[in-house]
Amino acid sequence: MWIVTNNPLVRDKLSSIVEVQYHDETYLGILHVMRDQIHEGNCLLTHPLSGSVKPNETPYKSVLMASGKSGQTDFDSLKLIESAEATAQKFIDLRPHYVEEMPERVKEDCQLIDYTLIVSAFPSAGLTTL
Amino acid sequence: MKLQLGYIDINDIKFDKNPRIENGVLYVDPDALVASVLQDELIKDAHFEIAKPGESIRITPVKDVIQPRVKVEGPGGVFPGMVAKETTVGSGVTHVLRGMAVVTAGRIVGFQEGIIDMSGPGADYTPFSKLNNLVLVIEPQENFKQHEYEHAARMAGFKIACEIAELARELSPDETETFESPTIKESFENFPGLPRVGYVQMLQSQGLLHDTYVYGVDAKRIVPTIISPTETMDGAIVSGNCVSACDKNTTYHHQNNPVVAELFKEHGKTINFVGQIITNENVYLADKIRSSDWSAKLAEYLSLDGAIISQEGFGNPDTDLIMNCTKIEDKGIKTVIITDEYAGQDGKSQSLADADPKANACVTGGNANEVIHLPKMDKVIGTLDYVDTIAGGHQGSLQADGSIIAELQVITGATNEMGFNKLSAR
Repeated sequence: MWIVTNNPLVRDKLSSIVEVQYHDETYLGILHVMRDQIHEGNCLLTHPLSGSVKPNETPYKSVLMASGKSGQTDFDSLKLIESAEATAQKFIDLRPHYVEEMPERVKEDCQLIDYTLIVSAFPSAGLTTL
Repeated sequence: MKLQLGYIDINDIKFDKNPRIENGVLYVDPDALVASVLQDELIKDAHFEIAKPGESIRITPVKDVIQPRVKVEGPGGVFPGMVAKETTVGSGVTHVLRGMAVVTAGRIVGFQEGIIDMSGPGADYTPFSKLNNLVLVIEPQENFKQHEYEHAARMAGFKIACEIAELARELSPDETETFESPTIKESFENFPGLPRVGYVQMLQSQGLLHDTYVYGVDAKRIVPTIISPTETMDGAIVSGNCVSACDKNTTYHHQNNPVVAELFKEHGKTINFVGQIITNENVYLADKIRSSDWSAKLAEYLSLDGAIISQEGFGNPDTDLIMNCTKIEDKGIKTVIITDEYAGQDGKSQSLADADPKANACVTGGNANEVIHLPKMDKVIGTLDYVDTIAGGHQGSLQADGSIIAELQVITGATNEMGFNKLSAR
């Protein structure tokens, strides 16, 4: 089990509890990293559109992932990530420059929200909460 | 379970050293209420303001809207597990201050919390512009985390609502209404010829600042269960939610659930309203499978012919909505879903993040991406500091003349997914 994220707060606070794969990517970019890992036979444990903060309101996204059954693509995960990519693209097309417009203080709030969303899945995943 | 609601009409609110309700006017002592709020050490400062329908007032950022209610007969107290003990509520007599609300306002995170305009075009989009609002503006202590402050702000709102509601304990209601939810046995005996209809209510439960509480329990830790709709009228379900303003269910929405109200209206006439199932919207995919399996299992257990499913939020909850819908349909039970849409500013894009052909009966609360222009108001309660970053706003949303250009999702309750407001298709 590991986290795929572009959120530095998740990297800094959770690496001692679970493997964190941090990528310096955009919102869409990190969804593509998740998609590629699903193609390699892994599966999603949390929803890629978690939180009601829309994809054009936050730059950050974290998911929990795990190894799938060997040699098989997890089609439920694939359907979820492809649908999430399409939804995110739709929102970001509406406000393509939202990240540059965003004040630092709000970016920090976005990091915190994304962090709390992923931590909310920890008890279900059998991970220690902080 | 039988509950009588006694409505005490509140037509005006005034500040006065002698708190009371007299001739439809609520008199409150702001100094005494502030002292009560400041007992929480996380709150640095607080003050109260009054906002009435038709006034040139903008309230922002809004956290929660709460209707004062007090239990006058029967077990338990309002907001069980939060303010009162966990004793089961939903029977006896409860007095309701009708026509007013306590609104909590103040910064929690730098986006999310919405706007209530008391007049102008924005007022048409929120049901709370029609109420006399006692607004509690809260300033947190520094060096506390947002979720700790969210808890403090949430509890302050409930506490003040309960203190005010106490003023109505001994009053004679202007109107009473009685609601009775049947046992399973009674539900079969009462209206055997009518279709058995239930309500599946999905509760926001994605994480801190995205939470709902049932008898004080964080809803992400529940498995789906059956609740009497009268329990929700006594505040068994409360909001701890800071998600986008337009489609968050405030505590007021839970207390005045319009799906429950409509089902009771038709109960015994066109349908047999059998009961209410509550379920959650967790981020963990295994939780989604378990919860949707259980809501379908409970719908089958109640022998429903039809179910109304309401949602809260967008994205991840769309997946829960479709899972609930398809699994209940697979049991041979017809469903109607209530949601809202993020269909782009032109309304032409795919509205939901998930879909299925079985979701063939859908009520929409409106398109949250619709762009609106809100004129300047004479008075702002709270602060406009966050308008540019509020969900649905953008850099430049706040114009030089004080007006706001933003998406509909900035307005509290605008596209409510219980179908509370006027944008719902009826």
